[in-house]
Amino acid sequence: MLYIKCPHCGMRPQIEFSYGGDASVKRPELNKEISDQEWDDFVYNRKSLRGKHLELWQHLSGCRQWIKVERDTATHEIFKTFKANEEVA
Amino acid sequence: MSQDFRLDSVGLINRDKKLSFKFNGKKYFGYEGDTLASALLANGVHLVGRSFKYHRPRGFFGAGVDEPYAIVQLYRNNETEPNIKATEQELFEGLEAKSVNCWPSVNFDIGAINNFLKIFLPAGFYYKTFMWPKSFWYRIYEPFIRKAAGLGVASTKHDKERYEHKYEYCDLLIAGSGPSGLSSAYAAAKNGAKVILAEDKPRFGGSLLTDEVNIGNQSGKDWAEGIIAELKTMPNVVVKNRSQIFGYYDHNMLVMSEKVSDHLPKTKKYHPNKRLWYIRAKEVLISSGSIERPIVFGNNDTPGVMLSSAAKEYLKVYGVLVGKNPLIFTNNDSGYETAIEFQKHGVQPTVLDSRKNPESEIIDEAKSLGINIKNSYVVVAAQGYKKVKSADVASISDDKKQLGKIENIKCDCICVSGFWTPSIHLASQSGNKTKFKEEIDAFVPGTSKQQETTLGAANGVFSLEETLKTSFEKGRELSKKITDNDNEVSIPNVVEKKSSKHDKFWCVPLPAGKNYKRFLDFQNDVAVSDIEIALREGYRSIEHVKRYTTLGMATDQGKTSNLNGLQLVSEIENKVVPAVGHTTFRPPYTPISIGAIVGREVGKHSKPTRKSPMHSWHEKNNAVFVDAGVWLRPRYYKRGNENLFDGSKREAKNVRKNVGVCDVTTLGKIDIKGPDAAELLNRVYTNAWLKLPVGKARYGVMLREDGIVMDDGTTTRISENHYHMTTTTAQAANVLSHLEYYLQLVWPELNVNVVSTTEQWAGAAIAGPKSRDLLQKLFPNSDVSNEGLPFMGYMEGDLSGVEARIFRISFSGELAYEVNVESDYGNFMWEKIMEVGKEFNIQPYGTEALSTLRIEMGHVAGSELDGRTIPYDNALEGLVSKKKDFIGKRSLQRSAFTAEDRQRVVGVVPLDKQTSIPEGSHLVKDDKAPLPNPKLGHISASCWSVEYDNPFSLAILKDGKNMIGQKLFAMSPLKNKIIPVEIVSSHYVDPKGERVRS
Ligand SMILES: [Zn+2]
Repeated sequence: MLYIKCPHCGMRPQIEFSYGGDASVKRPELNKEISDQEWDDFVYNRKSLRGKHLELWQHLSGCRQWIKVERDTATHEIFKTFKANEEVA
Repeated sequence: MSQDFRLDSVGLINRDKKLSFKFNGKKYFGYEGDTLASALLANGVHLVGRSFKYHRPRGFFGAGVDEPYAIVQLYRNNETEPNIKATEQELFEGLEAKSVNCWPSVNFDIGAINNFLKIFLPAGFYYKTFMWPKSFWYRIYEPFIRKAAGLGVASTKHDKERYEHKYEYCDLLIAGSGPSGLSSAYAAAKNGAKVILAEDKPRFGGSLLTDEVNIGNQSGKDWAEGIIAELKTMPNVVVKNRSQIFGYYDHNMLVMSEKVSDHLPKTKKYHPNKRLWYIRAKEVLISSGSIERPIVFGNNDTPGVMLSSAAKEYLKVYGVLVGKNPLIFTNNDSGYETAIEFQKHGVQPTVLDSRKNPESEIIDEAKSLGINIKNSYVVVAAQGYKKVKSADVASISDDKKQLGKIENIKCDCICVSGFWTPSIHLASQSGNKTKFKEEIDAFVPGTSKQQETTLGAANGVFSLEETLKTSFEKGRELSKKITDNDNEVSIPNVVEKKSSKHDKFWCVPLPAGKNYKRFLDFQNDVAVSDIEIALREGYRSIEHVKRYTTLGMATDQGKTSNLNGLQLVSEIENKVVPAVGHTTFRPPYTPISIGAIVGREVGKHSKPTRKSPMHSWHEKNNAVFVDAGVWLRPRYYKRGNENLFDGSKREAKNVRKNVGVCDVTTLGKIDIKGPDAAELLNRVYTNAWLKLPVGKARYGVMLREDGIVMDDGTTTRISENHYHMTTTTAQAANVLSHLEYYLQLVWPELNVNVVSTTEQWAGAAIAGPKSRDLLQKLFPNSDVSNEGLPFMGYMEGDLSGVEARIFRISFSGELAYEVNVESDYGNFMWEKIMEVGKEFNIQPYGTEALSTLRIEMGHVAGSELDGRTIPYDNALEGLVSKKKDFIGKRSLQRSAFTAEDRQRVVGVVPLDKQTSIPEGSHLVKDDKAPLPNPKLGHISASCWSVEYDNPFSLAILKDGKNMIGQKLFAMSPLKNKIIPVEIVSSHYVDPKGERVRS
């Protein structure tokens, strides 16, 4: 079970969180004309990386904040966590 | 029966407490402190079961967790548990156990015929023999295998035992209380670190209980007792026996199973049977020791053949002789230690040593005691069927390829030592890249992946002096890093006998003309010949060989078999062992009860049960409850002998005719506040929200980004910047997360706050033509006329002094209202409604009537919004704004979503107006078409229309728009029904929606 540092609450066990997918995906702006391909890439297409991956988690049973977690998908090592509005270096 | 094999005054058992127990129906005696295995051996019982595949007689091979075959079915306190190792089960008064794998009995076993039909059961037999002809599988193979095999029978009764889970954090977690674990625990504890020391056996001390060593001028055993006693007094130390750390998971979390009650006849009141510890440790020290490995020879599975260390443990801990004429077969000095113990207790052993001229202190001692030693000698095969009677032995050439003349010598047990295998399971589970250590012919941990260190024998260090030194130092060093204390502890002096090098010899060659089974894996019956077949058939990867032969795949995870299997593969393949590599170790290290893993989360405790504030009223009024997600809701209120069908029909009819009241507290409720609240709703819902006036409610549908309907509900504008959103009961939590996602990550510029208020409000839906009259009486000071409170209107009211929210919304399709009050007043509200409603013939109605009312009105709900439908499918496209953008809008342009013949909700009526259509039935054009019959749609919800008094269903049907009037068939193979039906509009009752506005 992973041990995740919530930037708001500190170290918490994985069971308090829910997974939210790839954090690098940006939702297209509202009211903007976009191609089918762009939309498909946003809704469906994911890279399923092996290695360092920036992902979203929500601290569901805690502060309810969505956070970004930089995690190695192969080793589960967590490098750094960020608040939702924090720039990822 | 007397205990013929028990020595006087030897061992750590309590001779003052005699215990009686039964094995296979026969009564025996043992002592407190015995295991089932030691007590049986004391009574001369060696035959405990039959092997898995060939049903060969099997006895005891080890004395602990490594035991591959002494597995029994245990009976305790009217319960039964399979897969119990007799070597681990502590004896208690009245214990009962039976053999497994025996049919009809351990002494006469029909399955043993497999032993003579070996041709049936070579490597890969599961994959080959039983594959053809296919028809044989169900009739012959499977029943035969089921009857003849298995490791016991699971109880079919509800498990009365309690299992607890515990979460713990510590600085150092130490696995094993042998010399290494004790030393590091002591050093770390002295530095003030929070230490947990776990020992899987009942007694602490590990190898110190059986090894003849001196530490700090006392026996190893006394030293261990002193350290444990001191550790137990320290507040920063938790010492646990009967506790097996069985899994090493991510981020230094380990799981330990503590047997709290297994050694007692009955679990004490308020005690759990087992306690599962989830431990997050800063540092883990693995001091799990090593397991003796066998040497492979003919018939090496005969009862009476066992590990030499096990024989020593039975003698020194339990005072039990495993034989009175022992033969010791060794390739290293450990066999001599066992021989010396036998000799000291009046039994003359013979030692066969595969080595030519070994010399060491231990061997000198054995010689001085006059023990008969034969060098360059091996056991070729054990003789005897249910018990060792003799051994075929021979000299062996220096290259270990040629056997000399075979002689037969009498013996009643064969104690084998093929040197030691470090227990690297935990290190390997943590992700440690293990490495092969040539000097000991075994793998040891390599580079740590997590915060773990392996010490002592588990790390391939067999010198006690070195183990103590490194363990004290490591415990001190790691704890210093955490606590910043650095208290010096002096490392005690050690007296141990120096041993000589072991022989790299692990398998005795077959003598010419003999075809003895030489077993590698005792639990799964994998012999040398099986590995040879697998390799001959082209399997190369050790992972494939493992799966094909099942080597190391039994419940003992190959603790005694893995390395010998690797040696064999490397020898045949002409590779070195590290190149062959070992298979992956996975948790659990030893079998763990399912009950312990599940813990307290069984039955009703598997999820919380949520009840509305009116629950006790429902109970008092004969409500029959139904699970609605985590909520308990009244399904109907039973009157007399009424069944569900009649009761719900009565309730629904009363709503249509008079007035009914339904508990709708379970609906999800979200409070939305902020200047941008309307903008958020406008982006989340498919319809327009910017112009909703204060005091008005609106129905809305929200989509996922892929265009699928996520949820629906009404949202009411309470004040300028304040909205009250309702969601379906099932989606409440998901909708809240969904809103938080967009507010926190996608549109953080929106100034809005959302919070769940589901628990804060109790809700009652009042529905029926007389509902307004009732409402007026409830709120005499409010104008609830059609003008004062129009359809989709909202007002606040005074319910006899309690503030209430009144919404004019309808799910039933009747004139209807929903009243909310703070939860604490829920019951007050409900009773008031019932009291005032009496003159209007009010009746409470449950979820079944609620469903009937919404189905015949054609209102979609969860069974239509099933995660596969878009607004059009639910006839909700009128709510999809063409002007503004919203979540999921772009997806609605997908060609499949705009197809001319897109599926759509329709009504379905059976032609006979009698037969109810099972939910889930498929709609097909031709009921006689060959299978698979093309499916046009499915029945999503069914009811008995109270308006028309015939069955009515909703369905999602391909090209539903153009199917009205068509005749189809509803087929339910599950219920064995084929029903001719007509497709009608989904709005079966009041299609213009006049009633809700009346
Ligand atoms: Zn948090």
